[in-house]
Amino acid sequence: MSSPAMVAEERKTHDGDDYILEVSNLKKHFPISSGIVFQRQVGAVRAVDGISFNVVRGETLGLVGESGCGKSTTGRTILQLYRPTEGSVKFEGQELSTMAGNDLRQMRRRMQIIFQDPFASLNPRMTVGSIVSEPLQIHKMYANKQERQQYVEQLMERVGLNPYFINRYPHEFSGGQRQRIGIARALALQPSFIVADEPISALDVSIQAQVVNLMEELQDELNLTYLFIAHDLSMVRHICDRVAVMYLGKIVELGPVDEVYENPQHPYTQALLSAVPVPDPVVEDNRQRIIIAGDLPNPANPPTGCNFNTRCPVVFDLCYQEPDPPLIEVRPDHYVSCHRVT
Amino acid sequence: MSTLLEVKDLVVRFYTQEGTVYAVNGVSFDLEEGETLGIVGESGSGKSVSCLALMGLIPSPPGKVESGTVVFEGRDLLTLKPDQMRLIRGKEIAMIFQDPMTSLNPVLTIGTQITESLKLHEGMNTTQSRKRAADLLDLVGIPDAYRRLDDYPHQFSGGMRQRVMIAMGLSCNPKLLIADEPTTALDVTIQAQIIELVKQLKDEFNMAMIWITHDLGVVAGIADRIQVMYGGRIMESGSSHEVFRDSRHPYTVGLLGSLPRLDSSGEEKLTQIEGSPPDMRNEPVGWPFAPRCDVREEL
Ligand SMILES: Nc1ncnc2c1ncn2[C@@H]1O[C@H](COP(=O)(O)OP(=O)(O)OP(=O)(O)O)[C@@H](O)[C@H]1O
Ligand SMILES: Nc1ncnc2c1ncn2[C@@H]1O[C@H](COP(=O)(O)OP(=O)(O)O)[C@@H](O)[C@H]1O
Ligand code: SF4
Ligand SMILES: [Mg+2]
Ligand SMILES: [Mg+2]
Repeated sequence: MSSPAMVAEERKTHDGDDYILEVSNLKKHFPISSGIVFQRQVGAVRAVDGISFNVVRGETLGLVGESGCGKSTTGRTILQLYRPTEGSVKFEGQELSTMAGNDLRQMRRRMQIIFQDPFASLNPRMTVGSIVSEPLQIHKMYANKQERQQYVEQLMERVGLNPYFINRYPHEFSGGQRQRIGIARALALQPSFIVADEPISALDVSIQAQVVNLMEELQDELNLTYLFIAHDLSMVRHICDRVAVMYLGKIVELGPVDEVYENPQHPYTQALLSAVPVPDPVVEDNRQRIIIAGDLPNPANPPTGCNFNTRCPVVFDLCYQEPDPPLIEVRPDHYVSCHRVT
Repeated sequence: MSTLLEVKDLVVRFYTQEGTVYAVNGVSFDLEEGETLGIVGESGSGKSVSCLALMGLIPSPPGKVESGTVVFEGRDLLTLKPDQMRLIRGKEIAMIFQDPMTSLNPVLTIGTQITESLKLHEGMNTTQSRKRAADLLDLVGIPDAYRRLDDYPHQFSGGMRQRVMIAMGLSCNPKLLIADEPTTALDVTIQAQIIELVKQLKDEFNMAMIWITHDLGVVAGIADRIQVMYGGRIMESGSSHEVFRDSRHPYTVGLLGSLPRLDSSGEEKLTQIEGSPPDMRNEPVGWPFAPRCDVREEL
């Protein structure tokens, strides 16, 4: 069988899927240094360790996994906020990993990010108006001040903020409203692709639905593509078309959401889904939980063989041998990396 | 079964420089022996403050328990002197918090911290208390327990620290364990480990339990009864079955509707509750949920 990147190539020619993003063998390693005077590298955190996937224009791809598994690093490396250690990121057909300077700046207009923490990600000394219009100034759009203000007011209105508050500061808004400011700012340059890094995790439950509904409306209206990073697996099923499950810097399973949620193949995905509590006592009383023991291994020192072999309930001898299991298509569009499955 | 705890008309306020915070505005509930109560609600709804108040742990100033009674096994805890309360805390009522790192002392070994309360409440000597501490760590699933007594909190992972907290909570066989978001800071697979552990220990120790959470799913499988809080008040209280499957309360219904479900494909739009939770610095007038309630006009 072939790797997803190759399958992607084939699919592109077969059914003409329009890929907005093609990621192949992407790695981001953070050096660990030691020594006070002479810093020397003693190792590396393998935050992202060779992942490949594509994103179809107009879809929402979910990226899930436990904290520290490399989700945020993946999002940032795609946007070139971190430069990749290895591998390729193609956005609308153009290679980003070797791009720099003005070319990269131009590409960045088309790709934006929304952060988790609506408190930390907005400059407290700037008004909402200047926060939302800052990207416009950086990219020298709407040079006419009046037109710019008008545009910012339109954006505010679109994300459900009263334009009347254009001169207020972030601390005068609630968490949900601050996340709307972050969304308005991300939309200002009319991007086609948005990385949403845990955009609702910090919000109250009753506010999460408001923000998710807004993101869905905007997607339909503006034909946006989302990479939706989250640890809330229920929300991912709701908002995403496909989902990629990460474990210790690698994608272990990838496929359409309903397929993965109803028919998970990787032992980690199975355990992860079975661990999510459902707000229904009847369902909870009848559920079989797969409890996996132990914690996530240190990404600076991942296990030899399959990364999941320290916690896997169905581990066997092959799992301790290199190379680790490749990500292989087990059904149409459904990829799994496990020796038991493939 | 008999009543273990009876909370009546509890009112708690904080007098801060920015004004009065009306944190808990008349909360009453009972707890039977061995019963598990889930308190759910959004951030700021008064879950933690109401439980801190019944433990006598409201920082004062700025906080003050304005009124109410907390009858535990026949005694009103709010009238006890601080040193009488200290004997109840840890021994009869234990509490575990969301972030074990802030409630464990970083400069003391785990062993020292567990044995402290065993010495205070159970009068054990060092050898006895270390043996019991190791047994407790073993019980909550910490491998190599005796050796790990001499480790410091930072040498444990988040999930293991929470296990240590649970071991400390259980150390004196409390009649009531209050767990305030004990799994919120943990990953979902580790949360599942902790929930299974607590379920098993609850039966073993035959304790009553209050489990505070904003994640409605977490308590669905553990709690006998659910209490939904909003704006410092209890909106609804009932059996887990009534509240999750048959609620008529507009806030509960709204909250459940705004949650997508793991076990159904999410085609429909989420129902959203408009507006945002109340600012607790405003003096409560009337029903706190009324401004956001969309069935209000029809009533
Ligand atoms: N020490 C304090 N000083 C001032 N106000 C406080 C203090 N502790 C709590 N409050 C306020 O009391 C109200 C209720 O807080 P509480 O901690 O009980 O909320 P909660 O329901 O536990 O929320 P969360 O889910 O965020 O933990 C809030 O408005 C909070 O800001
Ligand atoms: N700037 C950085 N420098 C060094 N290590 C980092 C940096 N950013 C992330 N890491 C490490 O990389 C791993 C993956 O982190 P991250 O991508 O933030 O995970 P997630 O978003 O899935 O929680 C973690 O071990 C984290 O500590
Ligand atoms: S390859 Fe082996 S260790 Fe890895 S998930 Fe599959 S069975 Fe488990
Ligand atoms: Mg992250
Ligand atoms: Mg709290």
